[in-house]
Amino acid sequence: MKAPRLTDTTLRDGSHAMSHQFTREQVAAITQALDEAGVPVIEVTHGDGLAGSSIQYGFSGTNELDLIATAREHATRAKIAALLIPGIGTRKELREAVAAGVQVVRIATHCTEADISEQHFGLAKELGLETVGFLMMAHMRPPEFLAEQAKLMESYGADCVYIVDSAGAMLPQDAFARVKALKDALTIQVGFHAHNNLGLAIGNTLAALEAGADQIDGCLRGFGAGAGNAATELLAAVLDRLGINPGLDVFKLMDAAEYIVAPIMPYQPFPDRDAITIGYAGVYSTFLLHARHIAAEFGLDPRELLVELGRRQAVAGQEDWILDVAVDLARRKGQPSAAQPTPAVAPEGGSA
Amino acid sequence: MEQSQRIKVAILGTGNIGTDLMYKILRDPGHLELALFAGIDPQSEGIARARALGIPTSTEGITAVLADPEIKLVFDATSAKAHVRHAKLLREAGKIAIDLTPAARGPYVVPPVNLGAHLDKDNVNLITCGGQATIPLVYAVSRVTPVRYAEIVSTVASRSAGPGTRQNIDEFTFTTARGLEALGGAEQGKAIIILNPAEPPIIMTNTIYVIPAGDFDEGAVLASISQMVAEVQRYVPGYRLKAEPVIDRRFTPWGERPVIAMLLEVEGAGDFLPPYAGNLDIMTSAAKRVGELFAQHLLGVRAEVLA
Repeated sequence: MKAPRLTDTTLRDGSHAMSHQFTREQVAAITQALDEAGVPVIEVTHGDGLAGSSIQYGFSGTNELDLIATAREHATRAKIAALLIPGIGTRKELREAVAAGVQVVRIATHCTEADISEQHFGLAKELGLETVGFLMMAHMRPPEFLAEQAKLMESYGADCVYIVDSAGAMLPQDAFARVKALKDALTIQVGFHAHNNLGLAIGNTLAALEAGADQIDGCLRGFGAGAGNAATELLAAVLDRLGINPGLDVFKLMDAAEYIVAPIMPYQPFPDRDAITIGYAGVYSTFLLHARHIAAEFGLDPRELLVELGRRQAVAGQEDWILDVAVDLARRKGQPSAAQPTPAVAPEGGSA
Repeated sequence: MEQSQRIKVAILGTGNIGTDLMYKILRDPGHLELALFAGIDPQSEGIARARALGIPTSTEGITAVLADPEIKLVFDATSAKAHVRHAKLLREAGKIAIDLTPAARGPYVVPPVNLGAHLDKDNVNLITCGGQATIPLVYAVSRVTPVRYAEIVSTVASRSAGPGTRQNIDEFTFTTARGLEALGGAEQGKAIIILNPAEPPIIMTNTIYVIPAGDFDEGAVLASISQMVAEVQRYVPGYRLKAEPVIDRRFTPWGERPVIAMLLEVEGAGDFLPPYAGNLDIMTSAAKRVGELFAQHLLGVRAEVLA
């Protein structure tokens, strides 16, 4: 195994868990701490990527371009990355993000739809960005299939393609086989992004490294969607023990997690009942808070919603289907189909 | 109906959209007579089908359309790039263009929203599939109460999204959002598109979120929405709300506001394209409806009351 490059995505994947309410001060403090601890890439965007601020996914408390600019100001060595999901964000927002300071763009599609990303990779390369492709919900397709999709991204100009376990549904052998298939098929780098819904974020990341992954992702305190991601400080400690520490300061990262991130977290993501269900049913980790909220409105168990969403093969970004499924389940149970008005979705997030 | 009471039309573009439109016109021609089915691909399945049905065909594309002075209306189902060229040639030839591509050389139209205002134009554009599906319902709210913000999420089966859509997905987002503002009446519009590869393929679903600018009469809004659904059903029978609109208070940039959420399903008629491809069906259905109303206008028959 070789030392991987680590991207910290507390300020993007963690945006889900924050219900997209990160402030400039929080972004400044977290960026500075990560930068000082030697993290080479810091991702900052609405959880659903550029232009994700919406009713569907939750409105941003602070414009993401301001957060990106703040991060850029506070990073001395680290590059600033942004996520872009074609169908949500467009080339227009990519240009704005570059003007605000983004140096790396991670372009994400559902793992069967890589061919919608061509125009975005094209512009990113034209703008001189480093480019990463993200194949989301990659547990839903076999390794050889994913390799074909990854090759499309490579042909469009990706510098690296990630296997993204958006549902936290993979077992270590699944992560290994998928990363291996990409390593065999591509000439560019390969990455792995884990979620901890089945408690395997660190284990799966290690399996990905075993298969040759060049890049991996983490969040301080594992603060991300669902049960969270692989914890950055934990990855640093483990990589160090494995003798492949890419230059991360383990103690500084532990301090950042403990003193900067933990105090602002509305809750500690953990594989609890609903999060395990997400991994078990193979649905998008981001559905967690939305499903809890809607289940409460309709008097349903969030797990019923999540399992049904898995059965319908919902993909990333389909938060509106949660309402759709709730309406159907409530009707089947003979409850009124229209929800009673309830208090606003609290900006500070979930109830766990 | 007498032949003389029909307007001769051509379909330009023999792909899936053109072929489905052909079947729709043949099934229920109204005041339209399909005089030519033209493309540039001699191998196209659509051309073979049209020939088998006895429809005049050509692989000379726009040239064949221009050669027939009797053709008054032309449905363009080619590509945005081709339509830019076609638009000019058709205008010079005095033919009306109904544009199913994203070229948008003419005004946007959604039949029950604004078509009546554009029957004097020589080129109209059908926006996007998501626009045709969702703009009527945003307009249904804005005609009752001012709309601060409208957001739509169109989810379509991967199999129903062709290479044109895939290579130009940003254009869907821009154009649909602009349509929500220009025609839907929203001060600000936002559009999201999601491709879902589930098997069997999913029927096109659209979620429409509307935030009115102020207090509003819930009953009047709901009545306006259900009238509009009935209006669209006249030309898209598979257009239906999956449930009553849900009104829910949410955290928004304008404070805690009531949000009207509508879950819309569009099932295609299955004329040529499979029923799950409601996104394509609503384009061909709207095109045919626009053609029919133009034809009635040209013939001076006012068979129907227009929006």
